[in-house]
Amino acid sequence: MTQLLVGTKKGLFVLEGEAGSPFEVTSRAFAGEPVEFAMRDPRSGRWLAAVTSAFYGPKVFYTDDPGGEWEQAAGLELPENAENPLERLWTIVPAEDDDHLYAGGAPGVLFESHDSGLTWALNQAFWEQPTRPEWSPGAGGMCMHSIATWPGDPARVALAISAVGVWLTEDAGKTWRHGNKNLYPRYMPEEAREDTLTLCVHNMHRAPTQPERMFMQFHGGVYRSDDAGESWTSIADGLPSDFGFPMVLDPADPDSAFVIPLVADMDRTTPEGKVRVYETRDAGASWTPRGDGLPQEDAYLTILRQAFCGEGAGATMGLYFGATSGDVFGSGDAGKTWFTAATKLPPVHSVRAA
Amino acid sequence: MPVVRLRAPLSELAGGNRELELGGSTVGEVLQELEREHPGVRGWILDEHGAIREHINVFVNRDYGRVDTAVGENDRLHVLPAISGG
Repeated sequence: MTQLLVGTKKGLFVLEGEAGSPFEVTSRAFAGEPVEFAMRDPRSGRWLAAVTSAFYGPKVFYTDDPGGEWEQAAGLELPENAENPLERLWTIVPAEDDDHLYAGGAPGVLFESHDSGLTWALNQAFWEQPTRPEWSPGAGGMCMHSIATWPGDPARVALAISAVGVWLTEDAGKTWRHGNKNLYPRYMPEEAREDTLTLCVHNMHRAPTQPERMFMQFHGGVYRSDDAGESWTSIADGLPSDFGFPMVLDPADPDSAFVIPLVADMDRTTPEGKVRVYETRDAGASWTPRGDGLPQEDAYLTILRQAFCGEGAGATMGLYFGATSGDVFGSGDAGKTWFTAATKLPPVHSVRAA
Repeated sequence: MPVVRLRAPLSELAGGNRELELGGSTVGEVLQELEREHPGVRGWILDEHGAIREHINVFVNRDYGRVDTAVGENDRLHVLPAISGG
C-alpha cells in the first residue's frame, strides 16, 4: 500500500491505496489552512508538515500519527532585526546524519534540526550571505525549495532558490558558494546574463548513486550537471517546452529524470491540452512522453514545484503528481501507465509518498 | 536617442517593432514617448499613475531602472516581464 501526503490550499490530505486504483482519503489535517509541504522522515517515522496560515504565519508541525494530534515545532523564526518576517516554508529534507533535517523557506532561508524536527535553528552562514540585499524573489517569493544532500557525506549539500540560483557547501553549511555556471536566464537583458544573481531555479535533484550528477528544471531551461552543481549543460532539446516546475529522478538510475513541461512562463498550463510526463533514461539526450492514462484532451493543468514525487526505484517505481485542479495522478510502473488517484481536492501544493 | 527593446506581446502592440529609438531623458519619459508613438502600449508597462507595473522590469542596459532613472543617448532600455509575475 502507498500512503501519499498531499499538501493543498485547504489542508493536508492523507491518501492511501494501491497503484492502479483510486486512493482513499484516510485523514485530513489543518483544515482550511494552506499546507505547502508534508513528508515522512523514514528514519524516525515522524510526519512533518509546513503550514502557512493566512492569519498566523508559517509553522512546521510534527506527529507520529497523521490522523491524530500535531505538535508545533520550535525555532522557525528569523532574527528580530530581519527586514522581513519568515514568509513560507517550502521543503523539509532529511540530512545524511542521524536526527538531522533541513528546511528551506522564504525569504531564502535554511533551517536545521538535530532532534528529528522538534526544534530548529537558522543556518547563520547562509543567512549572513553578503549579497543577500541584492537577491530577488520569483513569483512564489524568494523560496528555497530544493535541498540536495550527498549520500554518505553530511558535509556536502546543494541548495536552490528562486531566484538566487544554486549554492554549494562542502563543510556542512559553514561556508557557501555559487554553482551557477552556464545557466542561461533569458528573462534578463543579454548584457546582464553572465554575472546576474537573479537565477530562477524551479527544482533541483541529485542522482543518489552518482552524486556528481544533478538535474535542474529552470525558469526556461532544463539542465544537467556532471560536476556536483558547479556547471550546467542544457538538456531541453526534445521537450515540448523547457518551462515547468517539478522534477523527479529514479534513484536507481543516474541517467534518469522525469519532468512535466508547461507551455511557458506566460502560460503555465500543460501544452496542447495534454497532460504528459517526459522521461529521459540517457541523461537528457532524448525524452519520451509518458501520457498513457493521463488526460489527453482539453486538459490545461498546472503542476506546482513540490507536487510530484517518486516512490521506490526501477521498473516498478511509483510516480505521483497533483495539479492545482485538485486532481492527483499516479503510476506504478515508472510512468509507462497512469491512473487517477484522486479528484476534487483543493489546489495541490505538494505530493510526497510517506 | 535611447533604444527601447520589446518582446511580444509588447512588440506587437508597438507596430511589430522589437527595437525603437525614442526621445526622453528618464525611463518614464522614454516610456511615455513610446505610449505617444504607439498608443496600443498605453497601460501595459506604465499604470494609470505613470508607475512601472509591479511585475514588469525595465533595465537600463544591465541595471534595473525606475521611472526616474536617467537615460542617455546611447542607453538601451529592456522591457521584460518579471519572473515574479507568473
